[in-house]
Amino acid sequence: MKFQLPYSGLQWSDLPFLLTGIFHTILLTVVAAAIGTVIGIILGWLRESSVVARYILAIYVDMTRSVPLIIQFILVNSVFSLAGLALDPFVVGVIVLSLYMGVLTSELVRSGLQSVRPELKKASRSLGMNYWQELFHVSGPLALRTSFPSWVGTVIALAKDTSLVGVVGYVDILRATQILINRTNEALLMLGVTGLFYFLICYPISLYSRRLERTLQ
Amino acid sequence: MFGYTFFWSLVWDKLPELLEGAKLTLEITILSMIVGTTIALPLALMRRQATGPGYRFATAWVELARNTPALFQIYMGYFGLGAFGLQLSSFLATFIALSFNNAGYLAETFRGGLNAVPPQQFSAARSLGMSSLRAYMHVVFPQVFRIVFFPYVNQLNWALLNSSLGSIVGLRELTGATQAAQSESFRTFEFFIVTAAIYYLMAKVVEISARLTFWRLFRS
Amino acid sequence: MIEIKNVRKSFGPIEVIKGVDLTIEKGEVLCLIGASGSGKSTLLQCINGLEPINGGQIVVDGVDVHGRKTDLNKLRQKLGIVFQQYNAFPHLTALENVALAPRIVKKASKADAMKLATEHLEYVGLSSRANMRPASLSGGQQQRLAIARALAMKPTYMLFDEVTSALDPELVGEVLDTMRKLKSAGMTMVVVTHDIAFARETGDRVAFFDRGTICEVGQSRQVINEPREERTRQFLQRVLN
Repeated sequence: MKFQLPYSGLQWSDLPFLLTGIFHTILLTVVAAAIGTVIGIILGWLRESSVVARYILAIYVDMTRSVPLIIQFILVNSVFSLAGLALDPFVVGVIVLSLYMGVLTSELVRSGLQSVRPELKKASRSLGMNYWQELFHVSGPLALRTSFPSWVGTVIALAKDTSLVGVVGYVDILRATQILINRTNEALLMLGVTGLFYFLICYPISLYSRRLERTLQ
Repeated sequence: MFGYTFFWSLVWDKLPELLEGAKLTLEITILSMIVGTTIALPLALMRRQATGPGYRFATAWVELARNTPALFQIYMGYFGLGAFGLQLSSFLATFIALSFNNAGYLAETFRGGLNAVPPQQFSAARSLGMSSLRAYMHVVFPQVFRIVFFPYVNQLNWALLNSSLGSIVGLRELTGATQAAQSESFRTFEFFIVTAAIYYLMAKVVEISARLTFWRLFRS
Repeated sequence: MIEIKNVRKSFGPIEVIKGVDLTIEKGEVLCLIGASGSGKSTLLQCINGLEPINGGQIVVDGVDVHGRKTDLNKLRQKLGIVFQQYNAFPHLTALENVALAPRIVKKASKADAMKLATEHLEYVGLSSRANMRPASLSGGQQQRLAIARALAMKPTYMLFDEVTSALDPELVGEVLDTMRKLKSAGMTMVVVTHDIAFARETGDRVAFFDRGTICEVGQSRQVINEPREERTRQFLQRVLN
């Protein structure tokens, strides 16, 4: 960013800055959602199939859902700097949000697997399929279908939660907005743009997922 | 680990300030839930209309609450209203944003609860001679209450955890208090681990009380 | 041949099968009748190892079903089973439903599996529905699909667990017709059923299950028309009225 006087008005040169913020928000959402989903599928399967895993993971799940995300960001950041590794804020964001997404997704995958009617599993095994064949060809696809609308909802929530990465220094759109507001005092305009951005991303997707949910009934 | 010594005593010294912050966290959580619940009931009823200005207003509220981040809503209160000459304190901005959010999400929860009770319940109650009011109070609402209980507690948990966002605009609730307390010694890790534990405890107390309350109210 | 020798089965503290002996010969149709909860369905699911047993032995063509070294997946290819409902895989078309197991268990090529599936759908009369999902099929069609799917694995024995109990009355006939067709082709069948008429007409032998044991077993016409045991008589009277 080229040198700006404090409290100068909004300039066109601020546009790339804002666009970078938008890009960062989307990037973080996509990466954390992708990694988190993979983690979530594995964890969800573990929680469903193994009692031991269920108890061990229950503790971790419990903690993730009882501690504010901001604190998780700050803690991960400070743990790494204690260890002498100064992590890029993006990486801190990815770590925390992927694990968070993983926990939420595992919940969905687990209940998705449980919702598969036992007769279908019995029929599959009776046809001679082994455990993995049944999981891969029958229970898995069905569980993913059932949990898809909720998963979409979780991704939307994740997109909103990226707004917290500012605390570790990653400049997402909300942080970019805050920086620009501090400099230019154009609060309403900046917030309007940001709000519109979030709304335009979240609202259509949530409408789509609600429609999906209704067709699945 | 890694040749680092932990300074827990520093945290212990600052514990009173942290607990003051926790107290503020609880206050803002409870107040925003009360306000949110109060607004959510009429919002839910308006949403059930399916048409009309009430429906449109309530839908706008709900969709705005659900599709924008809570932090954004806090910024709107803290920075955004400045354009209209209103300078909200960090407490008010956080409180209003949390209430706004609670109202939106709870409206949907209540609406779902009302929809989940079959209309035949109401008709059956009326056929037994109850007035509309009695039918609602003794037959419909108890069932709605049971259905929305845990989603409601979920929202309470959400409000408790997201009150921490207030720290970003300077509120000295638990997170804000911790930020201030560790700013002298920069023992970020020690301070925030303790704070995380305090949040965990608060969340657990809420959860266990909720389960006990549910069990006592709805023993079957 | 399926040999059931002194089988006992409990669910927790409750014993549902209290010492059952039964032999099913190749080519015969054996019907299991009895009140709900008498243990018939459980016994069926013990035969193909879906349920473990607490005592006794079940031997299919010389292989102990519950033996520690038994390859259950391989054994199950000999035992086709059809359940009361929720049989068909909802996310696949009828054709894919039938072709799935031959493809992934028997490692058939996709083309061979599809050809096999087409043949079997035709056998049960569902050719016109090959590309439809189970949700678009009636209950009777779904059950016939399940039969086709089980048959595609070329089993030696077919087990039917109250396959018409959940169907609307007008859809029962098409499923029973398919089962009669199977009998004419010489399939060995073990049928748990509430349909006494079917048991009498299509069954070769009938076994009456009462509270965890076989009260009476014999030629179907004899057991149903002239039961020897008092309890059998009482049961039939209740059911046929």
